[in-house]
Amino acid sequence: MRPEVALPVLLPLLSGTISLLFWRSRPMQRFVAVAGNVALLVVSLWLFIAVLSDGYVTMQMGSWPAPFGITLIADMLSAVMILLTGIIGLAMGIYSLASTGRGHEKFGYYPLMHLLLAGVAGAFLTGDIFNLYVWFEVMLVASFALLILGGERAQMEGAIKYVTLNLLASVIFLTAVGLLYGTVGTLNMADIALRLDAAEHSGMVEVLAVMFMVAFGIKAAAFPLFFWLPASYHTPPVAVSALFAGLLTKVGVYSLFRVFTLMFDQTMGYLQDIMLWGAVFTMVTGVLGAAAQYEFRRILSFHIVSQIGYMILGLALYTPLAIAGGVFAIMHNIVVKTNLFLISGITHRLQGTYQLKKMGGLYRERPWLAVAFFISAFSLAGIPPLSGFFAKFVLVRAGLEAEAYVATGIALAVGLMTLYSMVKIWNEVFWKALPEDNHVPASQTPVGDDGRLLKPSLWMMYLPVIVLAMMSLLIGIFAEPIMYVMTLIGDQLMTPSNYIEAVLGASTSAEAALLEPVELSSELAGDSLEEAP
Amino acid sequence: MEPIMALAIGLLYATAIFMMLRRSIVKLVIGLLLLSNGANLLIFTTAGMTRGAPPLIPEGAMQPLGEVADPLPQAVVLTAIVIAFGVLAFAVVLIRRAYEIVKADDLDKMKDTDT
Repeated sequence: MRPEVALPVLLPLLSGTISLLFWRSRPMQRFVAVAGNVALLVVSLWLFIAVLSDGYVTMQMGSWPAPFGITLIADMLSAVMILLTGIIGLAMGIYSLASTGRGHEKFGYYPLMHLLLAGVAGAFLTGDIFNLYVWFEVMLVASFALLILGGERAQMEGAIKYVTLNLLASVIFLTAVGLLYGTVGTLNMADIALRLDAAEHSGMVEVLAVMFMVAFGIKAAAFPLFFWLPASYHTPPVAVSALFAGLLTKVGVYSLFRVFTLMFDQTMGYLQDIMLWGAVFTMVTGVLGAAAQYEFRRILSFHIVSQIGYMILGLALYTPLAIAGGVFAIMHNIVVKTNLFLISGITHRLQGTYQLKKMGGLYRERPWLAVAFFISAFSLAGIPPLSGFFAKFVLVRAGLEAEAYVATGIALAVGLMTLYSMVKIWNEVFWKALPEDNHVPASQTPVGDDGRLLKPSLWMMYLPVIVLAMMSLLIGIFAEPIMYVMTLIGDQLMTPSNYIEAVLGASTSAEAALLEPVELSSELAGDSLEEAP
Repeated sequence: MEPIMALAIGLLYATAIFMMLRRSIVKLVIGLLLLSNGANLLIFTTAGMTRGAPPLIPEGAMQPLGEVADPLPQAVVLTAIVIAFGVLAFAVVLIRRAYEIVKADDLDKMKDTDT
């Protein structure tokens, strides 16, 4: 019984429920938003430390033994993702206090935020493929509602694309789960891995692998089905954009990592090239899309797509070092991308617009904000000694070792293009003077998302921005211990037998799991009948 | 029974994709509905269909006698139906709101957020 695996899921659900109970009390909801997310961060730290010392932490729901019940399992990858969820959740909790308009708060902004975090945490921790689908849907429904809170035209139009493409991906995922169950007769991911390894190589396994790749690829916004992301992420309130940018697509990437290192590792020889070129095109199209934009959040949205390419590149190269680099990229990107969106929210508050052409002069006015942006933006572009540099450095090294010279070269060129976009924002927003035709005088009339004037309680918006910028800097400076954790993740993911053993138990692995499913289930049914009065 | 089910599922998927490719947002949602129904039927069918043998253990026995239906896919389908119901309810409200704002049942009129 290891409660720390279940708590990151249960706590946000609990906070969300409490928040719902206080539907009419805005102060109480705001208090729960911060307190609940502080608790989530504490629990995620607890889980991280437990995993660091034990390697794997598992829990069987309802004490049903492994292949029958739902397993919650945290390996190093899950623990790191949960830790980042905790950090981003707390940052959002604090930032939302100042940035979210009353209109949004009144219609359940905070309960939905907690529900979204619960869905994300559940997806990171579950060891059951159908349960993963359920958590995806929990996350999606919460994100749908958050996306259209406010009900403006752009939000509706963006939401239709977001909802359609994500539901399509969900159905493909569900279809693949159904076919997988028909093929191997189990839903536990570790058990599936064992049975797929034992099964003779059939075309069905490859078809399934491709279906999972497509489903998670859409959810991760990988090429060619990424266009729902830049069409929708710039429409909701900025705190929601930041939360989506930080966590949602990364759940898709996480699932790709999990499924292709654990279950479909034998199909990687066949899929590696497809995935590699998918990653390359994702990087290039994302960064080129950003180059054409002059709206702050649209540029950042396209850069999410481009950065997803780096993460998938790590998986596609498929060496322990490359996986470590890919996870490093995920970690760095969650921190930095969220921060860039948060900064765009502050600049919007200060100058009343997201259009780069209408902004300017912030370096003179808010030097510390400029510094925070500088750190985050140049970290995204991969300038040493910031966090992005080490992610890219590891990936490039892994790419050269795997002799994927073209993909590595393109990855480096895309870094240069990223720098171009970031310098464009820097020039327009911070460096040039405020253009004459901007009728919103800087720092005079802060406007909330619902268009009403707000009290300038900017410190609550600055606090997460500065902390996240410091994190990006510290990840760069303390890259050595972080790289140790990443190498651990790479090793863990490339030796799925340990994961399988952690789920199924040393004794029941290999031989026992290969027994006929009918026999096993009837044995179990017999056992539970004996215990019943 | 399986070939008929396979045909029905294929037909549902094909109809759903066809509907989703139309320009009308109402047809888009109908397509999503058919697609999720197709997926549910597919899970039900691929897990193997056993007629007239509920997974019940007779009194006194320790395990079911003979072959019984697999209860797990049924539970999975039930969950998937509930999820699809909730999500589609949301989608219907969404297209209604979108129609009120855009004043058109046409995806080509909803390109403001594209680039």
